[in-house]
Amino acid sequence: MSVHLILFLAFGAVCVAGAVNLLAQRHPINGALSLIAVMAALAGEYLLLGAEFVAAVQVIVYAGAIMVLFVFTIMLLNAGVEERTKDSRVAILLGVPGVLLGGVLVGWVVLRHSGTEAVPAGALPGDPATIGQLLFHEFLLPFEITSVLILIAIMGAVVLAGKPATSPAGKVEE
Amino acid sequence: MALPIWLFILASVIKSVIVLGVLLTAVAYTVWLERKVVGHMQNRWGPTRVGPFGLLQPAADGLKFIFKEDLTPPHVYKPLFIAAPMIALIFALTSISVVPFGNSFTIHGYTIPLQITDVNTGLLLILGITSIGVYGVALAGWSSNNKYSLLGGLRASAQMVSYEISLGLSLVGVLIMSGSFSLRAIVDAQSGHFWGFIPRWNIFHGQIIGFFCYLIAAYAETNRIPFDLPEAETELVAGYHTEYSAMKFAMFFMAEYTNMITVACVATLLFFGGWHGPLFGPPLVRVILPLFWFAVKIFAFLFLYIWVRGTLPRFRYDQLMAFGWKFLLPLALVNLIATAIAVAW
Repeated sequence: MSVHLILFLAFGAVCVAGAVNLLAQRHPINGALSLIAVMAALAGEYLLLGAEFVAAVQVIVYAGAIMVLFVFTIMLLNAGVEERTKDSRVAILLGVPGVLLGGVLVGWVVLRHSGTEAVPAGALPGDPATIGQLLFHEFLLPFEITSVLILIAIMGAVVLAGKPATSPAGKVEE
Repeated sequence: MALPIWLFILASVIKSVIVLGVLLTAVAYTVWLERKVVGHMQNRWGPTRVGPFGLLQPAADGLKFIFKEDLTPPHVYKPLFIAAPMIALIFALTSISVVPFGNSFTIHGYTIPLQITDVNTGLLLILGITSIGVYGVALAGWSSNNKYSLLGGLRASAQMVSYEISLGLSLVGVLIMSGSFSLRAIVDAQSGHFWGFIPRWNIFHGQIIGFFCYLIAAYAETNRIPFDLPEAETELVAGYHTEYSAMKFAMFFMAEYTNMITVACVATLLFFGGWHGPLFGPPLVRVILPLFWFAVKIFAFLFLYIWVRGTLPRFRYDQLMAFGWKFLLPLALVNLIATAIAVAW
């Protein structure tokens, strides 16, 4: 076994273990930490494919910024251990077989309909220069449209979260 | 000539041990320097009892931390309470691995760079590792099950996420000018002089606003005065590390000082030409001088840190947020646009 394969399997194992742990944990902060482990392991997989830039961005944006906000929210709301209700039991009974079935289905389709050839390490250009060329030349329009979309989402969040307008008398208008 | 694999591993291990040893010693003596300098600024002597000029004080402090009772309060969430200081320290120490300290040297035809590893996205790696380091502080605050700790952890995560954006943007100007994420390439782009005497460092090359933004954001990222709200002792006892004692407390302390040194390294590499400086004398001196210039620049930054600590009061929380989002971020953006226009032109 080559070092690459060993590393691939190790990161993959961390990834899957983190994902399963995320579902199994009942405390939100443990769930959030498992998700961070999943994202960090994914960054490792990207690195093995030679996509250093994507790996770094994965860590900086997802593990370092978005998940910090998740943890922040959990801490701020002081969310406790989640309750186990009848509904959640039903969800487990139906959900676990459903996920297994879906996974098998997806795996079958992928294995059947692709020439299952492993991508050799570093075969795809993943350095920052290539990604910059692609983003700002070939995919400039989708890139810019995405930024507008995100801006609209931010404005929507600000409107939703903003204080309701108060009338001069200080009463809240409904 | 590239090294054979076993020699490469041997060289890497030796370099790691040396760098880690120097770094931890530097951390210990930064604490000593801070106590000494702040002491003199406040008309006191600072540490004087242990050794000449109190120079053995760090060793005494270390011994004290190791032999103190390591208390774990009863209501903490134990796994995270124990993991948090480790997360803080491990990620702080890891980021030094991509920092180059000088040119490469050659033994028996093998070239060995003075750097643990030269990654072509080195700067991004440092930013990524620092962004993960927030969890140490945030989780310490949460797992302590104490309202002061929790408030400190909350403040730390909000502050670090806010200032990380300005920090990243302030560096983009330098990246545009050097065209690489590799720290070694960035330093190499700064060699030479303008008109024969002004060094071609980025700070003299139009990046002074970028440097200003970086410096302020870096102070906020390392939770130093005037941005030390996560541990504001007048309101939060000791903030996120209120419940920690002995070596666990010391680990937070070491993480903070290691982060200071990393930030000083990045500032030196990106804005002050890294190890470049006047070279003269016999060959051996020429090998050592770059390391000396690098150390001098780091020392200057650390001194500035301490100086600021001895001078400025702490921000109020709303001032901190308003400053970060309404002043620093637009300024960093303006710098980025101006640099881009200048380079394109």
